[in-house]
Amino acid sequence: MNIVENFDLFAPRLINHQELFSPGHRACSGCAEVLAVRLMCKALGENTVIASATGCMEIVSSMFPTTAWRVPWIHVAFENAAAVASGVEAGLKALRRKGRIDDRYVKVVGMAGDGGTMDIGFQALSGAMERGHDMIYVCFDNEAYMNTGIQRSSGTPMGASTTTAPAGKVSIGQKTWKKNMPEIMVAHNIPYVATVCPSFPLDFVRKLQKARSIEGPSYIHCFSVCPTGWRSPSHSAISMGRLAVETGVFPLFEVENGHYSMSPDMPRKLRPIRDYFKPQGRFRHLTDEDIDLIQHKVDTEFQKLVEKTKYLKTGNE
Amino acid sequence: MHKRVGLEVTVAVAEAVALCRIDMAGVYPITPQSHIAEHLSNLVADGVLDAEFVTVESEHSAMSAVIGASSAGARAYTATASQGLLLMNELLPIASAMRLPITMAIANRAVSGPLNILNDHSDIMPQRDTGWITVFAENGQESVDLSIQAFKIAEHPDVMLPVCVNIDGFQLTHMVEPVELPTQEEVDAFLPPFVPHATLHPSRPVTMGAFSMSDYFTEIMKAKDEAIKNSKKVILDVWKEWEEKFGRSYKPVESYRADDADVVLLTMGSMGETAGLAIDDLRARGIKAGLVKLRLWRPFPFAELKAAIKNTKKLIVTDRAVSFGGPGGPVFSEIKSALFAEASRPAAYNYIIGLGGRDVTVSDFANMVETVMADAGNKKADTYEFWGVRE
Ligand SMILES: Cc1ncc(C[n+]2csc(CCOP(=O)(O)OP(=O)(O)O)c2C)c(N)n1
Ligand code: SF4
Ligand SMILES: [Mg+2]
Repeated sequence: MNIVENFDLFAPRLINHQELFSPGHRACSGCAEVLAVRLMCKALGENTVIASATGCMEIVSSMFPTTAWRVPWIHVAFENAAAVASGVEAGLKALRRKGRIDDRYVKVVGMAGDGGTMDIGFQALSGAMERGHDMIYVCFDNEAYMNTGIQRSSGTPMGASTTTAPAGKVSIGQKTWKKNMPEIMVAHNIPYVATVCPSFPLDFVRKLQKARSIEGPSYIHCFSVCPTGWRSPSHSAISMGRLAVETGVFPLFEVENGHYSMSPDMPRKLRPIRDYFKPQGRFRHLTDEDIDLIQHKVDTEFQKLVEKTKYLKTGNE
Repeated sequence: MHKRVGLEVTVAVAEAVALCRIDMAGVYPITPQSHIAEHLSNLVADGVLDAEFVTVESEHSAMSAVIGASSAGARAYTATASQGLLLMNELLPIASAMRLPITMAIANRAVSGPLNILNDHSDIMPQRDTGWITVFAENGQESVDLSIQAFKIAEHPDVMLPVCVNIDGFQLTHMVEPVELPTQEEVDAFLPPFVPHATLHPSRPVTMGAFSMSDYFTEIMKAKDEAIKNSKKVILDVWKEWEEKFGRSYKPVESYRADDADVVLLTMGSMGETAGLAIDDLRARGIKAGLVKLRLWRPFPFAELKAAIKNTKKLIVTDRAVSFGGPGGPVFSEIKSALFAEASRPAAYNYIIGLGGRDVTVSDFANMVETVMADAGNKKADTYEFWGVRE
């Protein structure tokens, strides 16, 4: 029996009972991104401060005068979550050193969508990681600008139809390969980079807790199924996340001080990407040839990753 | 008496900010602000100032980071100019709406198109409606004093708004001027530690920066408008206390030989000193000219302005920025609208001067007064002119 199928048995004991992200938020039904946010809060616990970018998760959680947040939370703008988080971290550090706040360890988290991370917030994120702030940055990647209506981002996968890169008679939709954000973060030589997906909650929680325990910057890339934007049934969010992982479209791995390791949840043999594409309206227009081309790219990228986990011996230390 | 020392104004400002025991600074270099950032970083590096000095990767991130630090309850500071200020623009109304008492120095510099690193006010003028308390310094001492006062005004529980101190780039920032710096004990007695009403700390979780639909948005805007209007009382109180403690007086509008003047010049920032010399010159020649200097730009000091020019027949408003295709320079528009409902008001003239660092001399100011005096039927009133432009 798979550990995830056995979740009911394990979860109550292993996962924080506190709901730090409360029900009553306005996310679409079946949204896996909001599930990931809830899990993140459970994993990190109450001594956490979050700086969020504009986007779905901000809009669904904070309509004045209501809030879904039971941890301290701030939203300033779209492209600056990492910069705001770095300022919060610097401020809390100075105040703690000067004895003006409780002497307790608080982890600062910056969070944004794929657009807020890989496009408009890219510079602020790179700066914050390079400066070495003691913070976690989490990218909730639903592979498009969902909050504004499913426009393409540099996180949108090849061949997906979006409202600004639509499939048409002479277009397959997105014409570019998805930006490899985790690798860009690895290139920042930060202590910890990991990929997670809420369809694998125990792996998710373990990685976030590890990020919390590491002093310095860490980057978490969270695969976040969006049934609304992907044109897939709302009951399928968890199974779609699992398919993305099992097909190698979104491998679960972590990089600690430059050392790569694949997560135990990764299957030995990948499933064909057709299994993952089938339930999604955004890929419906693709021809067999298109899918074969994408399959080839997925295989290549996965092989590169496998080689890094097996043969790359030199870390950052 | 304090010892007067000769300091570059940027260095004096950084020293003043350090005396305010900031907790955090987030800065990005831009001429002519850089020396403020550099000197602050020296003070941190030498352990004189115990603060987090965050060398961000852009001004957008500088403002974002100080917003973050201020929300965490830290006394946070930044400084910028020109393109840097424009890059921050998106965040300025957010900082004021979130009622964060950030303070910022602006080493005023022309805005690009074409690139120009020299002084005018085209950077600050587009920020007029961002909800920041905005003051202008005329000389080095004022730059120091206003920088310290800014924290006290911003952090006052009845205010809780960001403050920007405008210091003309090069003309003022890079001058070596005699300044008196207060002692640490004096600043500590004047400026109590920052007590925020809510902070980002798990001891009391709060949500900051929630979004609002039309049901609350208007009320939030009105609240911000009330807050900045009400800040005037605190500004005046702080200036009164400053005068009692340090002997230097500050007013929203300063008048110089303007009470009985037929023609009054109006300036903002460092050009006040040059204009003052022109007034002396004109007076020596028997011409009844005076000078009014606007120190407080937001909240706008309507009553003080009206009082300062109540006997004036002709008013010359000088502008250091252009409102392209508009009714005149931005200061001119403001003054005209302030006087519109007055039963008797002076004929108002507008000269756009000193763009991109162009010199404006004592004789330029004297010429402006004489030109306006020669306009017998006030035919040129209500128009604007680029002073000294080659056509
Ligand atoms: C400077 C700026 N540009 C554009 C926007 C409009 N905008 C708000 S949210 C958003 C999309 C967010 O996409 P993403 O970061 O992927 O998050 P998601 O909503 O998909 O979770 C956009 C384009 C904005 N708020 N600010
Ligand atoms: S649009 Fe997608 S990401 Fe946004 S709330 Fe709905 S399901 Fe979640
Ligand atoms: Mg997105």
